Amino acid sequence: MTYNFAFLDEDTKRMLRRALLKAVAIPGYQVPFGSREMPLPYGWGTGGIQVTAALLGPDDVLKVIDQGADDTTNAVNIRRFFARVAGVTTTERTAEATLIQTRHRIPETSLREDQILVFQVPEPEPLRTLEPREAETRTLHALADYGLMHVKLYEDIAQYGHIATSYDYPVLVDGRFLTSPSPIPKFDNPKLDHSPALMLFGAGREKRLYAIPPYTKVESLAFEDHPFEIQRWEHQCELCGSGESYLDEVIVDDRGTRMFVCSDTDFCGQRRAEVQA
Amino acid sequence: MYVAVKGGEQAIARSLELLAEARRGNPAVPELELAQIREQLRLGVARVMQEGSLYDEELAALAIRQAAGDMLEAIFLLRAYRTTLPRFGYTLPLDTTAMRVRRRVSGTFKDIPGGQVLGPTYDYTQRLLDFDASAPANVAAADAPLPPNMPRVLDLLDAEALIERFEPGDDPEPIDLTREPVTFPADRATRLQNLSRGDEGFLLGMAYSTQRGYAESHPFAGEIRMGEVDVVVCPEELGFAIEIGSITLTECQMINQFHGGNGVPPQFTRGYGLTMGEGERKAMSMALVDRALRCDELAEPNYAPAQNQEFVLSHSDSVEASGFVQHLKLPHYVDFQAELSLLRTLAAQHVSDARNPSGEQGEVGSVGPDAALSQEPDPTPTLPCEQGKEPSEALRT
Ligand SMILES: [Zn+2]
Repeated sequence: MTYNFAFLDEDTKRMLRRALLKAVAIPGYQVPFGSREMPLPYGWGTGGIQVTAALLGPDDVLKVIDQGADDTTNAVNIRRFFARVAGVTTTERTAEATLIQTRHRIPETSLREDQILVFQVPEPEPLRTLEPREAETRTLHALADYGLMHVKLYEDIAQYGHIATSYDYPVLVDGRFLTSPSPIPKFDNPKLDHSPALMLFGAGREKRLYAIPPYTKVESLAFEDHPFEIQRWEHQCELCGSGESYLDEVIVDDRGTRMFVCSDTDFCGQRRAEVQA
Repeated sequence: MYVAVKGGEQAIARSLELLAEARRGNPAVPELELAQIREQLRLGVARVMQEGSLYDEELAALAIRQAAGDMLEAIFLLRAYRTTLPRFGYTLPLDTTAMRVRRRVSGTFKDIPGGQVLGPTYDYTQRLLDFDASAPANVAAADAPLPPNMPRVLDLLDAEALIERFEPGDDPEPIDLTREPVTFPADRATRLQNLSRGDEGFLLGMAYSTQRGYAESHPFAGEIRMGEVDVVVCPEELGFAIEIGSITLTECQMINQFHGGNGVPPQFTRGYGLTMGEGERKAMSMALVDRALRCDELAEPNYAPAQNQEFVLSHSDSVEASGFVQHLKLPHYVDFQAELSLLRTLAAQHVSDARNPSGEQGEVGSVGPDAALSQEPDPTPTLPCEQGKEPSEALRT
């Protein structure tokens, strides 16, 4: 037997597209949707895969990254999945892709208006660890009552002297909804603000979709006397020499020697190619 | 020189080959036929159909073989396949009163109209390993056939108005949990649907907790029945009901004490469990958990995990739970690097604070860790602590 184009049947894709339109219309709001059981496990990108499946057309060029890299096994597996069930062209080049599905990173290369970034989201509710009851958090969002989060950040400052959240750092979208940027490092948060590319977020297990439309204001929560700051390294990438990219720390021998390299493999590769040329 | 990790594609291909080899085992041993699994591992097939939410013995047997007997993996396979099936419509409510009963027992009355019918049960096997199970079973026919319609035990109490009453059609039209997400608070029909798809082990543990003081429970097994029930649909284009086959079901009706409250007089209350195929342990567990989850409706104190519907319903599904627990083996280099960096900052600050107890807190990255670390040679030369410092403009090159 053969599967429908991009696995999902057209009725399911229509349901997803409707939910996505609603998400775009209310930036940062978590839209409940009838998440389907996908042939990949929950927690491995089922939300992102459903969003991608609903958007893909035969002419799309798909890039899939995990931790910024195209060659991690989960990224390879999801790319294989869509090559198999949709037959679309895939690429590792950020600039060539029309649709990029990502887990935990935003590419270093600036995105364009004709590109869509799809995030895999494990936990869409930014308040979940502070308030596990969904019936409660829904009310807090309705009232835009984000005191819980501000208190948590304040307590960090009181205890550690600064905000101790390094990834999945909460943002306020369009001045209204407190939103999880998914577990990207806070280093990537500034890329969410006024992005020319549409950003869609899919949480399959939690059955929620949300969106940051192009050119939307996205603020990372902070205080006047404790402004938001991103991670920085003293090192530069040992492969391409970049001083502006997010670096992975790699242990290279059994004495614990470390080196630092770009987490975005395409960005690093392009830079090295330029140097050689 | 570091070489970036490549070859994920090839690694996956090799892994699939190893998996196929391991699944097949010794090729000198004949491969299991689906009919063997269907006929001889019927309880495993029933569980996979039940939690896979797809009543198809052949596909369940295929999934069990493909999953090498890992039931949760087989359930996952069936669920993923189910996603691709078109939805023709919904059946009419099943009438379990008209079940062609093969087993029916009650823990509340010694004798009941229609009698106690043990049927095929492991309950009285004494669990001795049978080293020669190859001899064919010799089944003697009963003296008289079972009555075609077995009255339900709880209806006997109902006649005396001692147990709460639910009229057919009282419930609102249930949502389809496989098409719509659950929202809280969830009504009982939605909760039952969730429990019915839930993991047997999880429900068993939850049910057990209600018997050990983590909820007001006091249950009696009013009736457990297992047998075949007709499935009837009423296609719009036909306008009348047609029978499309029959399926095996196990139903459990628990009877629970209730002292009265919320405007309801003291009476017995009901907990309900239903599974596809033979699944008595699951049906009983489900009935106990169902009753515990009715605590708010009955104005009972709500304090135990099994009474917390968000807790129970959000964690009952094995496909969701198994996927998310196991996603931890996926790469988390990026978040881990972020945490590592943060932890190094905190550790440096801790050293600084210890040396300078009266010193100001905060201002990390400006003087704190730098000053502390510069007082002695770097204690861990291979570990670049500096890169973990709190960001500051000075660090930016
Ligand atoms: Zn690089």
